[in-house]
Amino acid sequence: MAEELRKIMFTVRKPPHGTIYVYEGLEVKLIMAAYDADISVVFMDDGVYALQQGQKTGDLGVKGFEATYGVLVDYEISKVFVDRKSMEDRGMTVDDLVVIGEDEDTEEDIKPSVVDAEEISQMMSEQHNILCF
Amino acid sequence: MLHTVNKSPFQNTSLESCLRFVREGDVILLIEDGVVAATVGTSKADMVTEAMKKVDVYALDADVKARGLTRLLDGIKVTDYAGFVDLVDQHKVQSWL
Repeated sequence: MAEELRKIMFTVRKPPHGTIYVYEGLEVKLIMAAYDADISVVFMDDGVYALQQGQKTGDLGVKGFEATYGVLVDYEISKVFVDRKSMEDRGMTVDDLVVIGEDEDTEEDIKPSVVDAEEISQMMSEQHNILCF
Repeated sequence: MLHTVNKSPFQNTSLESCLRFVREGDVILLIEDGVVAATVGTSKADMVTEAMKKVDVYALDADVKARGLTRLLDGIKVTDYAGFVDLVDQHKVQSWL
């Protein structure tokens, strides 16, 4: 009997660069993507700052990760969500968000999906594991 | 779902966020500095009391005792480490770190 595909959600709640959490979280996602798992990522609270376009980390001397976010879909991580309230509380709109891939057919940019708390709660309840970064 | 909160609501917004995402029947467990949210007379008490209408809120006994917190809100359930383990065993966990 085939085993049920494991549903693993990453919740990203910390802002980028002040700590290593967001970067480490991204590494873990990419590693997990190598396994057969149903992966989703939710950015909430200060985690939405990690999705801000145009991060230039050169002067900080740390590696940026916008380019890596740009290929999440290629890593088969396409379930990427943003909590609407967290985004709006921080004066951000979908226009501010990084691109996470390109639609194979239309070649249009794919952006994270903006969803409400209720939808996120529902998804959380369906997971096998939730990892918080 | 079990939601664990380990920071004081006066230090960051983890508890507030948690409360925004909990659903009827979920369980919240306050641990470490999170237990201060279980006490009476704080400006956060109403928020916690309101939450207890739809979810069970636990506080970890060792953390409550360690902080000398004796006056807890009505409805707060106090649990020990064994109870903590049971809760984790019974639920999926989201840690609001």
